[in-house]
Amino acid sequence: MTSATIDAAALAHFAYEEARLIDEKRFDEWFELFTEDGYYWMPLTRGQPDGINHTSLFYEDKLLLRVRIERLKSPRSFSQHQPSFCQHILQQPAVELADPGQGAWVLRTPFLYVETQLDTQIVLAGVSRLHLVLVDGRLRIRLKKVELLNCDAALPSIQLFP
Amino acid sequence: MSRYRNNAAAVQGLVRDDAVHRDVYVSPEIFELEMERLWHNTWIFVGHDSQVPAPGDFYTTDLARQPVIMLRDTDGQVRVLMNRCAHKGARLVSAQAGHCEGGLLRCPYHGWTYRLDGSIRTIPMKAGYDGTGMAESPTGKGVVALPNVVNYRGFVFARLAREGVDFHDYFGDSLTSIDNMVDRAPEGRLEVAGGVLRYMHDCNWKMFIENLNDTMHPMVAHESAAGTAKKLWAGQPDDAPKPMAIEQFLPFVNGYDFFDRMGVRIYENGHSYTGVKFSIHSNYSAVGDYEAALEKAHGAERARAILGEVRHNTVYYPSLTIKGAIQAIRVARPIAPDRTLIESWTFRLAGAPERLLQRTVMYTRLINAPTSVVGHDDRHCYRAIQDGLSTDGNDWVSLHRNYSPGEREHIAGDYNGTSEVSMRGQFRAWARFMTAGATAAEPA
Repeated sequence: MTSATIDAAALAHFAYEEARLIDEKRFDEWFELFTEDGYYWMPLTRGQPDGINHTSLFYEDKLLLRVRIERLKSPRSFSQHQPSFCQHILQQPAVELADPGQGAWVLRTPFLYVETQLDTQIVLAGVSRLHLVLVDGRLRIRLKKVELLNCDAALPSIQLFP
Repeated sequence: MSRYRNNAAAVQGLVRDDAVHRDVYVSPEIFELEMERLWHNTWIFVGHDSQVPAPGDFYTTDLARQPVIMLRDTDGQVRVLMNRCAHKGARLVSAQAGHCEGGLLRCPYHGWTYRLDGSIRTIPMKAGYDGTGMAESPTGKGVVALPNVVNYRGFVFARLAREGVDFHDYFGDSLTSIDNMVDRAPEGRLEVAGGVLRYMHDCNWKMFIENLNDTMHPMVAHESAAGTAKKLWAGQPDDAPKPMAIEQFLPFVNGYDFFDRMGVRIYENGHSYTGVKFSIHSNYSAVGDYEAALEKAHGAERARAILGEVRHNTVYYPSLTIKGAIQAIRVARPIAPDRTLIESWTFRLAGAPERLLQRTVMYTRLINAPTSVVGHDDRHCYRAIQDGLSTDGNDWVSLHRNYSPGEREHIAGDYNGTSEVSMRGQFRAWARFMTAGATAAEPA
């Protein structure tokens, strides 16, 4: 893959596959999509400028992502003894920014997200933005920013990755 | 069915010195009585005065399920008003926070306006009330302003009951935890900052409150979260700088001995704090020139004394828990016997480096968020209790750990950190307010 061959279809394909890895609980493969300095960020408020000076729902560097993923494998993750499952339903991603010269793209994808745990189901809506870069011929995620529609609501446990 | 309302002996019978009956957590009737008696007659946390910095600023919340408005009056006082129009009862303010337009509260239904102390300012077509008894009726008095509101160093508490225990008598020396939190600010004040996490829990409010001084659970319930972080960090050289997240996670899986030695201090009326000698926050890295700023404000000796207090969790029974050492608080808002909203607020220490705000913002995200791996396992355990207590065969919840009959005479004092004495102290206060309620419960 080179910058020249990355078109809207290739970018959309990446977004669909990224969501699919989460939904199929292939978290180790999903983790590898992130650059070493990558972040998975879900702000707590609308228009939140950063994840450092204001609380977020997620603001995970690769270390914290790794903690989450390894924890899910632990037999002592009590909140997952009855496992959770999730499903993303994505609108077609729009390319918000394309800079093939720099090898950088931003994809905007409105989504619905369903997470279930036996008889409990939550449905979340929002917009996710994938900030992608080309590293060694592969698209990778420098930032996945997930803006929940109801980020200010009193939320129940969200245990997987919207 | 009314098993408890008119039977103080039955309520008292739910609390033994070393155990409590499951009904304290699951009975809808007991929950109603808790709101009427315990939450009505004690001092409940409302908010922080930095949420309403200027006259006319307001913030809305619930006290024992009743909507209230906390606002800053034109004279600078923070007041707490019932969020109810004096006319037809409509909730006056529906925004979470904002500013009163024109310095008045205005009902969205018929346009009655009120001054910020709750008194009526204008009524459209007022002549229509001439010769009626409205002015002399409760409506004529305007919006109900709670008469018992105390702003203690920025922390605003209210007592719904008109008569009752004095603020300082109720909290006593437990207020030293708030003192320490505020004293940590070089400028001597806190500002709410960093947002509020709102995590809905499907459990009784007491499971959360009790857990804050339960030091026998972190190494078990949080093994999968903090233990995983520890394992991932294990390969690092000793002198490698620890990322802040690792520094915050690791102490959760310290051994029993650590938590036992940290100690717990018990006050009357259900208040307590763990971390008398040290806590999970004791070994955080120093932050830039913060200590120098504090020394400049207080002198070296006093600054050392302030930073030497590193309390774990302080419980201001029944509504508030604070972590002064990292300027974070958690507030319990009961909704139903098995439903409780937990709000987590963080603060900026005025005059301190922003790094301290960043530290508490990270802590509260890692530990208190609806997305927190620590929070998930806590909530899971609370719900497991809620479900487990629906079983027959054993009606009693054990609070025996380190029980000694001497507590019956005098419970205040210092104990080993893993004792369940904080919970016994809470239920002692609980039973007193719940049984005194027959005479103490009256509308504000």
